[in-house]
Amino acid sequence: MSDHEYTPKSKVGKWFNDRLPLLTLANHLTDYPTPKNLNYWWTFGGILTFCLITQIVTGLVLAMHYIAHADMAFQSVEHIMRDVNYGWLIRYIHANGASMFFLAVYIHIFRSLFYGSYKSPREIIWIIGIIIYLLMMAAAFLGYVLPWGQMSFWGATVITNLFSAIPLVGEGIVTWLWGGYSVDNPTLTRFFTLHYLIPFLILGLVVLHIWALHVPGNNNPIGIDIKKPSKDTVPFHPYIVIKDGFALLMFMIVFAFFVFYTPNILGHADNYIEANPLVTPAHIVPEWYLLPFYAILRSVPDKLLGVIAMLSAILILAALPWLDTSKIRSAVFRPLYKQFYWILVADVLILGYVGAMPAEGLYLLIARIATAYYFLHFLVVLPILGFKERTTPVPLSITEPILGGSPNLAAVKKKDGFRNQ
Amino acid sequence: MKNFFRISFLIALFLGFQFNSNAAEKVEYLKTDWSFKGPFGKFDRAALQRGYQVYQEVCSSCHSMKYLSYRNLVEEGGPEFSVDQAKAIAASFEVKDGPNADGEMFTRPGRLSDKFVMPYDNEKAAQAANGGAYPPDMTVLVKARGGGVDYIYSLLQGYDDPPAGVTLDDGVYYNKYMYGNKIKMSNQLSDGLIEYSDGTNASVEQMAKDVTTFLMWTAEPHLETRHKMGFKAIVYLIILTVLVYFSMKRIWSRIETKV
Repeated sequence: MSDHEYTPKSKVGKWFNDRLPLLTLANHLTDYPTPKNLNYWWTFGGILTFCLITQIVTGLVLAMHYIAHADMAFQSVEHIMRDVNYGWLIRYIHANGASMFFLAVYIHIFRSLFYGSYKSPREIIWIIGIIIYLLMMAAAFLGYVLPWGQMSFWGATVITNLFSAIPLVGEGIVTWLWGGYSVDNPTLTRFFTLHYLIPFLILGLVVLHIWALHVPGNNNPIGIDIKKPSKDTVPFHPYIVIKDGFALLMFMIVFAFFVFYTPNILGHADNYIEANPLVTPAHIVPEWYLLPFYAILRSVPDKLLGVIAMLSAILILAALPWLDTSKIRSAVFRPLYKQFYWILVADVLILGYVGAMPAEGLYLLIARIATAYYFLHFLVVLPILGFKERTTPVPLSITEPILGGSPNLAAVKKKDGFRNQ
Repeated sequence: MKNFFRISFLIALFLGFQFNSNAAEKVEYLKTDWSFKGPFGKFDRAALQRGYQVYQEVCSSCHSMKYLSYRNLVEEGGPEFSVDQAKAIAASFEVKDGPNADGEMFTRPGRLSDKFVMPYDNEKAAQAANGGAYPPDMTVLVKARGGGVDYIYSLLQGYDDPPAGVTLDDGVYYNKYMYGNKIKMSNQLSDGLIEYSDGTNASVEQMAKDVTTFLMWTAEPHLETRHKMGFKAIVYLIILTVLVYFSMKRIWSRIETKV
């Protein structure tokens, strides 16, 4: 990993480090050569780490007061909101933290898509990231069930019922998941257990994600391989630490605004009604961050195919490094890809919008077109684009673009919609 | 940096639009000035005390308030009744307690630590007494309805004769703001229905506003603390962000690249 040998200065340090090289690790993390042209879209990795830790710490405190029982869960949440010291604050941070986590992860993913960060040699980082994303969705869904409100209960019913679409064993699997013949207390207790487990799985994967990142090093806005360390890089500390810190603080301001001033806007009012198996809410909708996939699910008339489409929409991302045939990473030098990229962003936003609407009439039609386009982008557009597209010249290094034979850096600065000033 | 902000702004705008469109299908609610809205919003103490009176004299005969205790009435940020007042309120209710040393259940006057006494023994009893409809618990009612306080405030004043063509069953009433316009609760408020202990004129509008304010507090008892703390937290974060920004500029000035 690190290019030079590190020896601690003190004798004790050396003695310890020879037995457990923690100091070498710390030295590697501080010196880690990072491309100096990283823009603010690169700060979301740090922000996501912050989100994960926030969720784990607040979740830990909530778990001390929460009661995972169908008769007491709703009441225990109200107990947290009213009687636990600053319980309202901790719960609102945890509930809004989930939304903030997804907001950050979507920006992180779309940053990767724009700058081609998933391409060789970073495929493993990307695939670990997709697994983390899947686990995040599982954790978010399980967590949403725990307050045992109406949306918790009916959301759990709808999502677990998806498994019944599996031929032959589907019904059996659903009964097994529920621990009975309907969503009830056994479902709640196992969901609580799994909700507690998953964040630690994510934490482990995050370590692997960062480890895998530190092998080739960061991609960068112009997407070229750079020498490390060199004029093109800066040590992680203090340059990137302070920049990530600044971005994190701005993110926290937005976060705080939600927590303190509109803590319930991202949730659904029906979840303040205690779960009632006899009353079905008028519209069952998932949280905003799952809406695009919900739209894909509903746009397919057949249940099994719908579930397959929804899963494929996520899993197709894991194949992205091989579906995208272009050798150029950054969209900055790919004029056509850049346009398709923004169409994809719009497509996903449209899917999110129709996911919140009833699946009928015009909304359904739009959902179907948007779903078709989503797959078209990955399965047809990207593979063909790599062969057909005429890319613009790529500089050879970050500091000395002229040597690449093109006056590109000036052009990059003007053209690149993402580049910071 | 500029582009970063521009795109962030667009995303925020889109999200905002999406939330608005979720609520767009509903009718226009009656509007009033809520003292607790906005970043510095606080409850109007007198309105909370009057609101409690409306709840007590009108709503509480059917609607429970099961997550609230009498001690909450004294707490800071709420109606802030004096301890003696709250004790008197609690003592005016009979609370079932026990079993005692002889294994018997008994009743005693309420204490501050007791939860609000429920109007019915259980949900079935409540349904039986109300034509099959369960009067929902009111503690978090404001948060459990899409329109929030505006919805409750409007609903209380939304009773009207049904338009031509709408037939109502026995025990069902027409309300402009109710989902589906049919409601099993009859009109509860009429001018001068109660006599406010502070002498305020008890108009329907006044009572609706007071009781809705009270319900907002029961749903969010820590709203005032939240607003105060939020202001401090955000000011603190902004100052820190500015300081870190200049530190960052200074550190990055050691190399040519701009940050």
